Amino acid sequence: MSRIEVTSGMFSQVERKPSLKAPIVMSFVAIVSLVFFGILGPTSVVHFQITEANALVSIPDLNLPSNSLGIWASVVLLLLTAASFWFGIARKFVPRVLVIVFGLTAIVALLGWIAAGADVPVGFLLGNTLVLALPIILGGMGGIMSERVGVVNIAIEGQLLTGAFVASVVGSITNNLWVGLIAAMIAAALLSTVLASLAIKYLVDQIIIGVLLNVLVIGVTNFLYSQVISQDNANLNFPGTFDRIPIPLLSQLPVIGDAFFNQGATVYLTFLLVPALWFILFRTKLGLRARAVGEHPLAADTVGINVAKTRFWWVTLGGAVAGLGGAAITIGNVGAFGREMTGGQGFIALAVVILGRWQPIYVSISALLFGFAIILRIWANQINPVIPVDFITMVPYLVTLIAVAGFAGRVRGPAASGKPYEKN
Amino acid sequence: MKLELRGVTKRFGTLVANDRINLTVEPGEIHALLGENGAGKSTLMNVLYGLYQADEGQIVLDGVAQNFKGPGDAMAAGIGMVHQHFMLIPVFTVAENVVLGNEPTKKFGLLDLEAARKKVRELSDRFGFDVDPDAVIEDLPVGVQQRVEIIKSLIRDAKVLVLDEPTAVLTPQETDELMQIMRDLAKSGTSIIFITHKLREVQAVSDKITVIRQGKVVGEAKPTDSASELATMMVGREVDLKVDKAVAKLGDTMTLRVEDIHVEDDRKQLAVDGVSFNVQAGEVLAIAGVQGNGQTELAEALLGLRPVLKGRGAIALNDKYIDHLSVRKRLESGIGYVPEDRKKDGLVGEFTIAENLMLNGSYGKPFAKGISIDFANRDRIADELIKEFDVRTPSASTHAEKLSGGNQQKVVVARELSREVNLLIVSQPTRGVDVGSIEFIHERIIAERDQGKAVLLISTELDEVLALADRIAVMYRGKIVGIVGADATRETLGKMMAGVSA
Repeated sequence: MSRIEVTSGMFSQVERKPSLKAPIVMSFVAIVSLVFFGILGPTSVVHFQITEANALVSIPDLNLPSNSLGIWASVVLLLLTAASFWFGIARKFVPRVLVIVFGLTAIVALLGWIAAGADVPVGFLLGNTLVLALPIILGGMGGIMSERVGVVNIAIEGQLLTGAFVASVVGSITNNLWVGLIAAMIAAALLSTVLASLAIKYLVDQIIIGVLLNVLVIGVTNFLYSQVISQDNANLNFPGTFDRIPIPLLSQLPVIGDAFFNQGATVYLTFLLVPALWFILFRTKLGLRARAVGEHPLAADTVGINVAKTRFWWVTLGGAVAGLGGAAITIGNVGAFGREMTGGQGFIALAVVILGRWQPIYVSISALLFGFAIILRIWANQINPVIPVDFITMVPYLVTLIAVAGFAGRVRGPAASGKPYEKN
Repeated sequence: MKLELRGVTKRFGTLVANDRINLTVEPGEIHALLGENGAGKSTLMNVLYGLYQADEGQIVLDGVAQNFKGPGDAMAAGIGMVHQHFMLIPVFTVAENVVLGNEPTKKFGLLDLEAARKKVRELSDRFGFDVDPDAVIEDLPVGVQQRVEIIKSLIRDAKVLVLDEPTAVLTPQETDELMQIMRDLAKSGTSIIFITHKLREVQAVSDKITVIRQGKVVGEAKPTDSASELATMMVGREVDLKVDKAVAKLGDTMTLRVEDIHVEDDRKQLAVDGVSFNVQAGEVLAIAGVQGNGQTELAEALLGLRPVLKGRGAIALNDKYIDHLSVRKRLESGIGYVPEDRKKDGLVGEFTIAENLMLNGSYGKPFAKGISIDFANRDRIADELIKEFDVRTPSASTHAEKLSGGNQQKVVVARELSREVNLLIVSQPTRGVDVGSIEFIHERIIAERDQGKAVLLISTELDEVLALADRIAVMYRGKIVGIVGADATRETLGKMMAGVSA
């Protein structure tokens, strides 16, 4: 009988509370930066190596005592914090740009502190950030594609691992990286069809299927690796990696040129895929329908959209994208498959989907944060072994935890995500 | 377009929801489908709309038999439906919602939202809807959302428009506006099927009335027939539409005092915004208002299911503050609580009636002995209550989910009234309940009042409020707009429900 759900936003006119959570977190970071990187910071000179050898325009490198860099950066951080307090008190949401600038500034301060008395190879760090973030970005895109239509895909980890394994083995056997790449996408897509059909047709709990698929893939790849692959690594697990192809002009841009535009095929595919996914989701009929299915499947059904079919194809194609992410690990970067080599990146992708609010561009930016964390650990360990690197590596996870806990404003995913749709 | 349903039958297992139903709707006619909750109206319309497939019978449009495989087919044939629960995507704009499934596109499947906006504006202007195509649905009042639903049907060239309980969520004024819209649409040639159980509305707007009872058409009626005639047809026996009650005998104690409380909803928005009122022993105070104005959160806060914001208000029962008490302590200090959604909060569907009847006292006498349940006692009490509250069930060991809405509600009421309470909070006590059970539940509520208990009735049904209340408080957007006597007119209350203070 008569019953209308209280829809979200119904009371949005009543009161919106000023949120001071973000500014408080920011002031904490700014003060830590001021004290440790600035006031107590080392006085030795840090050298930011900005321009690559082949760049079109050369920007002079930056040489500064570590502590004065720390102080200057901290001043900027404090100003940004003050601005965000102003937004909070004026009952406005802190603009995302401000948060991003804040984050970048904090990173500069951190780098200056770590590399006191040494070089900061900016191009090297950026390039590796991108390559290491690739599986997380693509896993995140796969996650978006399935969550946007209302299916939670915990199996991203398994799909990455499948993609990595298949790309390496097929690429080695056929001696053709492109065949390996396509095979990886198909294999991960097939894995997704298992999730899709069990979740959509048989209404099995999506989380449970996802967990089972992950465990299954770890088991199968470990078994094949130890029983078959490792017997003949040279022929079965030595595919090589995609060649670096510099893009004319773009690759000669200062700072980012070599890092972003002198890369392999997997990187360029990702550059195309992320904006394309955004465009399809938010500018086309297909995307509108997909989002409708993820928000309110019954409503979509009543206007003649086939919910099951929509979900099935988006989840399956999402799997293919995650498979590409797996391929990016082996034939895009490492050059061989190793046991459980994804090491939880599929789960990070899940968190990144939330951190980036189910938006392809924001999700990619969030994923880069994790890519940076990985390269930072590797680099900082070499440059300055005294610093507790693991502690710094914790930061992105901390950021995610804070963001996911709702500190950075409202986090609202697709309303029907994870809920099976049962037709009468 | 002329619509005919010929011998439509729909079964769910052994239950016959629609039994050989015949119905003819002429072009431009407003045809009311009147029936109690559970009579099979919605099932019939879902068959018409292609959501269910009929087991027997035909749907005929302008003399041509149709075979709808899904809502898409029905829409293509010119049938539009405004569902009881709106089928709108809350985070989409009006334009996006309206064109969903039928999107105007440019090259490469690119959405042409400008075309969509234009169509919305055209229809909105033609019928005076006042709808902004770029507004996001979740920010719109329910009445406007409903108009978006109507536009959605019209944009698909609906010739037959089905409105399923459309007034349930509207204020009386919005209801009047909707009726005007219905008349305008009918004048322009659209046939309208108006599903309702509210007699007044049927009389006000329809050209023809078909009455359905227990899945069968029991007859046709004219809007000029009296309300009691219609009610008799609908229920199948004489119905007393009035609740007999004497003047309230107020006791000395101020049983409930609510002082300026603030409560947030699940999304941390302020849903109860500085509400104060008292309920005296021996009176029924009704909280009226359109669904979703904070009533749910208020009721939950009183029971302790939802916290009152710290330092922002207090609740006192019999002059003792109960804010800090747990739900169990509050129940023990004498609150009886009938929640608004019995299936979600009132009962455990998979439990038997006897088990449900002991839910709020499972830890002590008379249901438990030491650490074990006193099964004999439990069953004896269950049998007594089933008799006393006229629960129609094969036995006390029947699962609660198997009962009809009215009987489920009687189980909840029985449980809450079987304890010694001095404050009874009843929220939507007769929602989805048959007329027979409504009469019974209303009588019991008045009986509690007459025994000197304080009753807080929360209801969105104005008829119910007027029938039971001694005083009426109207809630709008989390605030109490005003508290008036039971002699307030429908019109006054309607204005208050839209936020205008009396």
